[in-house]
Amino acid sequence: MTSAPEPKFSEPWHAQVFALTVVLNEAGHFDWPDWATRFGATLKRHGLDKELDGGDDYFIAWLETLEHYLASMGMAETQDVLTAKAAWEAAYLTTPHGVPVQLAD
Amino acid sequence: MCMPHDDPDHPHSLLPPDPALRIKALETILTRKGLIDPAALDEIIDTYENKIGPRNGAHVVARAWLDPAFKARLLEDATALVSELGYYGRQGEHMVAVENTDDIHNMVVCTLCSCYPWPLLGIPPGWYKSDAYRARTVREPRAVLADFGVTLPERTAVRVWDSTAEIRYLVIPKRPVGTEGMDEAGLMALVTRDSMIGTGLALDPQASEAKA
Repeated sequence: MTSAPEPKFSEPWHAQVFALTVVLNEAGHFDWPDWATRFGATLKRHGLDKELDGGDDYFIAWLETLEHYLASMGMAETQDVLTAKAAWEAAYLTTPHGVPVQLAD
Repeated sequence: MCMPHDDPDHPHSLLPPDPALRIKALETILTRKGLIDPAALDEIIDTYENKIGPRNGAHVVARAWLDPAFKARLLEDATALVSELGYYGRQGEHMVAVENTDDIHNMVVCTLCSCYPWPLLGIPPGWYKSDAYRARTVREPRAVLADFGVTLPERTAVRVWDSTAEIRYLVIPKRPVGTEGMDEAGLMALVTRDSMIGTGLALDPQASEAKA
C-alpha cells in the first residue's frame, strides 16, 4: 500500500466521542450490543429525512445516542450537560489565544 | 491569511464546534464523578489513531495464504486464533473469517450501524458508515462492487454478511496469481483494507510493484 494513510478520524471530536464511548463500555457501564441497538435506532431516525454520508452526521448521531443513554442512566443529566457546556464555551471566549483553556472552578 | 482567532478584535481562543463542546461537557461531568479517567481517553485515541489498522488484518490474511493449517483454524475459530496474535476485540465480539473462492465472493456490511472488526482493520472508512453503502450492499451488491471498480465473473456468487455488535467478519481475499514464493511481508503489502471488507481484491503483485 503505497498511498498515504487516510486519517482515522476526520475531526478531533469524532475521536473524542468514540473514545469516551469505548472507555465507558470497557468500564462496564453498558454492553456493546445495547449501545449498538440504540445507536442504530438513532441512525435510522436521522436517516429518514436525508441520506447520511457517514461523516459528521454519523458522529452527530453517535453523540446524541450517548447523551441520551448517559442521561437515562443518571450518569450525566441533560441540565448538567448544558451547564458544563456553557462553562466551557465561556472559558474559550475568555481565555487569551495560546493559553490552555480550563474551566473556572 | 487572517484566521478567526488571529483577529485582534477577538483575541480569545478559537471556540470548538458545538459537538466538541458537548463532548467536553460529558467528559467534565463523568470525570468529576470519577466514572472515567481522562488518560484512558487519550490512550484509546492513540491506540486507534496509531496502533490498530488494516495491517493487523493483512497479517492474518498473509498467514492464512501461506499456512493451510493456520487457514483451517482461522475458518473454524477466528476469535481464538486472532486473539492469540493479540488482535482481540475490546467489545467481546466474535470474529468470523470468510474465504473468497472462484465460486463465492464475500462482502461485509453493517445495516444496523457500523459494526466492524476494529482489532483487525481499525476504524472504518466513511463510506462504510454511509447510508448508501449500508442500504445498497444488501440490495444490489454487484452494483456496489462495480462502483468500487470490481467486476466478478458471472459464475462467482456474491454473499453479503451483515455484521452485528456480537459478530464481525473478515474477508480472506483470493491470493493473487504470481505470488508463489513471496514471503509474509510481501504478501501483506498486497492485502488492502477494502479487500478484507470485500469491496476490493488483493493487489496484483506486478501492478503493485510498478506502482511502488
